Amino acid sequence: MKSIEKLMRKMEPTHDSKWAKFHPVWDALYTFAFTPGETTKKGAHIRDGIDLKRTMFTVIIALIPCLLFGIYNTGHFHYVALGTAGDYLDLFGAKAIYGLSKVLPIVIVSYAVGLGVEFIFCIRNKHAIQEGFLVTGMLIPLIVPADIPLWMVAVATIFAVVLGKEVFGGTGMNIVNIALTARAFLFFGYPTMMSGDKVWMSGLSEVPTATLQANHVTGATQLGELASFTGPQDDWVHQGGITAFENIWPIWDSFVGMIPGSVGETSVIAILIGAAILLYTGIGSWKIMTSFVLGGLAVGYLANAFGTEANPYLLVDPINHLVIGGFAFGAVFMITDPVSAAQTSTGKYIYGFFGGALSITIRVFNGAFPEGVMMAILFMNVMAPLIDHYVIQSNIKRRLKRLKKTA
Amino acid sequence: MSRTIKLRKGLDIKLHGEAEKVKIAVQSAAFAIKPPDFHGLMPKMTVKVGEKVSTGSVLFFDKYQESIKFVSPVAGEITEILRGEKRRILEIKIKPDGTDASVNFGIVNPDSMDEAGIKQILLANGLWPFIKMRPIDIVANPNDKPKAIFISGFDSSPLAPDFDFVLHGETEAFQAGITALTKLTTGKVHLTTRGNSVSDSIFKGIKGVQSNTIFGKHPAGNVGTQIHHIDPINKGEVVWTVNALDVALIGRSLLAGKFDSTRTIALTGSQVKKAKYIKTQLGACISDLLSDNLIGDNNRIISGNVLTGDKVAADGYLGFYHSHITVIPEGNESKFLLTKGWLGSGKGKFSINRSYFSWLTPNKKRVLDTNLNGEIRAFVVTGEMEKVFPFDIYPMQLIKSTIYNDIDLMENLGIYEVAPEDFALCEFVCTSKIDIQDKIRKGLDVIKSECM
Repeated sequence: MKSIEKLMRKMEPTHDSKWAKFHPVWDALYTFAFTPGETTKKGAHIRDGIDLKRTMFTVIIALIPCLLFGIYNTGHFHYVALGTAGDYLDLFGAKAIYGLSKVLPIVIVSYAVGLGVEFIFCIRNKHAIQEGFLVTGMLIPLIVPADIPLWMVAVATIFAVVLGKEVFGGTGMNIVNIALTARAFLFFGYPTMMSGDKVWMSGLSEVPTATLQANHVTGATQLGELASFTGPQDDWVHQGGITAFENIWPIWDSFVGMIPGSVGETSVIAILIGAAILLYTGIGSWKIMTSFVLGGLAVGYLANAFGTEANPYLLVDPINHLVIGGFAFGAVFMITDPVSAAQTSTGKYIYGFFGGALSITIRVFNGAFPEGVMMAILFMNVMAPLIDHYVIQSNIKRRLKRLKKTA
Repeated sequence: MSRTIKLRKGLDIKLHGEAEKVKIAVQSAAFAIKPPDFHGLMPKMTVKVGEKVSTGSVLFFDKYQESIKFVSPVAGEITEILRGEKRRILEIKIKPDGTDASVNFGIVNPDSMDEAGIKQILLANGLWPFIKMRPIDIVANPNDKPKAIFISGFDSSPLAPDFDFVLHGETEAFQAGITALTKLTTGKVHLTTRGNSVSDSIFKGIKGVQSNTIFGKHPAGNVGTQIHHIDPINKGEVVWTVNALDVALIGRSLLAGKFDSTRTIALTGSQVKKAKYIKTQLGACISDLLSDNLIGDNNRIISGNVLTGDKVAADGYLGFYHSHITVIPEGNESKFLLTKGWLGSGKGKFSINRSYFSWLTPNKKRVLDTNLNGEIRAFVVTGEMEKVFPFDIYPMQLIKSTIYNDIDLMENLGIYEVAPEDFALCEFVCTSKIDIQDKIRKGLDVIKSECM
């Protein structure tokens, strides 16, 4: 190891060399390989073993089950579209390879483009490169459909990193979640590639309509079908209302993840493994996660209580709400992003609860946005400083009250 | 009326190298008083190099508060006045001559003294600097009227000396010190002891104080924590604090009628061969105390504890307020990512998170080095400081307000209630490796110059 370190030290650009401005790049590579021998100067002489690299790496580990499942699921639904899928575990190798060929390029493009932008800004601003994008780069591929063109991933990533983060000053300064910024950009910029019933099964748009009809494949997701309930009854996908819907889409399939959708969001089991890692290591905030789920359940039950047959979406089992679409993924990986979330303890409960509640509200009332989670989280990101402000004001008031009492 | 406080938040960092309960006496061959130990002090010298001093002779006084005198801990000769940048005085070195010549002010019975009398004796004989004030955490201003005086009966920081052991047999001196302090305030004198210790505490049966008990992990022993939970400081109020060991020192000096600089310190840390207690004097030279007792030579010697102490050179001197020396390994070697770095198993590291495997052995005594374990970053992770900060204060928001110098916000968020040492654990756990105690100190400096 000493020799590698010596070699890297030798390559360090000095102030007067023509490579001097690339020092941040060297620094990023060096600190990736070696935690520097930097010691404490004053204050606490010993420090906690954790650093931002370890924190981000733990989140990536937590995302791996979702990624692996997403790869296989992508392959499976490709064969569903072709009509030759068989049982879920049939053609295991072929499905895995096809999934890999679809998902891996998205991951590579997302990391390459995002880190490229980050490097450029750090060289320009003469900052050290911070680790924020390590997680974002993994999140972006997991929240887009597998058929997304790679250039769109690149454009969205550039947009998100530049306008979501760098204009505010880089890692730790962003207002909204970067990965969701990228998704929102795609959602509004290229709606045909992000919604409808042509994009959720990989390769479906190239399969002849006749084959699809013969195999009874529609390509729609649960959210798409449910969203039709918010319109007039003639447009309903399932004329039998909610019971007909639930017969076709068993809750168990949604829990395991055997449903079409964005790459990483389908399997609640994989997400729960990630949640367990985040919560057990203490990296993720259990306050936000649980209150997000509680908020979703609360609105789900309220909708159940007041819903009528006129909008059967209101009658969906609240538990079912938790396992379809991106709700679980949002609860574990998106709303918990510490930079864009509320920062005070009390604020975290409020923030999470409203996030979950708003997600389900958008779902059941607004057919134009079949998935409310993204909108709800972005909205709550913007609201988080306001929530914190009022939480902090109450602390300040408590202090002033004490002052008046003693005076 | 005594109070019992239970803390849920906090963190005990278990380190290797606790002091064994044996006391040995060491005579140091050199002494120094370091004006930087008294934050914000502008010293005005009254002695010159080569001058003879006796124990208790005034060395310098506070330029802006001339009544506060700082005295020599031993009799001897001034050998050097070490100056740093901008001719700031760093150390006043004294070579002891082995005599016990000292300035006598006559045996004092604090019971029969009034406020002005006690104050005059403490100020003139170098005993006043032991009294510190909150807010700001500096030497107390004798013109203030403190609403209370707080004394912590224990030190909960890592490897801290056991006050029961150090003060054993000094009940009389401690009581005298307390009695003197009770004269200085119209309010109460609070003595707070650890709830879960069952030793034959010398603090039992002390008269003139309100005895409180506190349960919980570090920083339960920090006087700031105790003040916050017993009688929090509001804007415009002043509280004085004295370390329990210094109370005994004050008491001893009053009863003897002369400045008694004897101090029992704990020599601790993983790099010390034989960790033990040493009876020496204020300002003793570290090298005499360590004498061949170290393992290896790449060590950090800290006067004080690992969280708040000062880094000192091997030939440096014991800090004025310190009764503790800790020696830990320097971490100035880079760590390869897979073996000891950020992708490793976490051997030799300690974390409040469970992302390293150190959580499997929570009670293991660790050897931690001084490596930052990462690079300095913007604040990203939230909620970690709150786990170790038992105040009704938002730590991260307060730190940020000190960084961008918003005085109103600092006041509102409770800057008057905190001292840098209260944030030591926040600094320890900070994922972004920010020097938090330094930020708080700078915030307090701003408050001192703008609002006091």
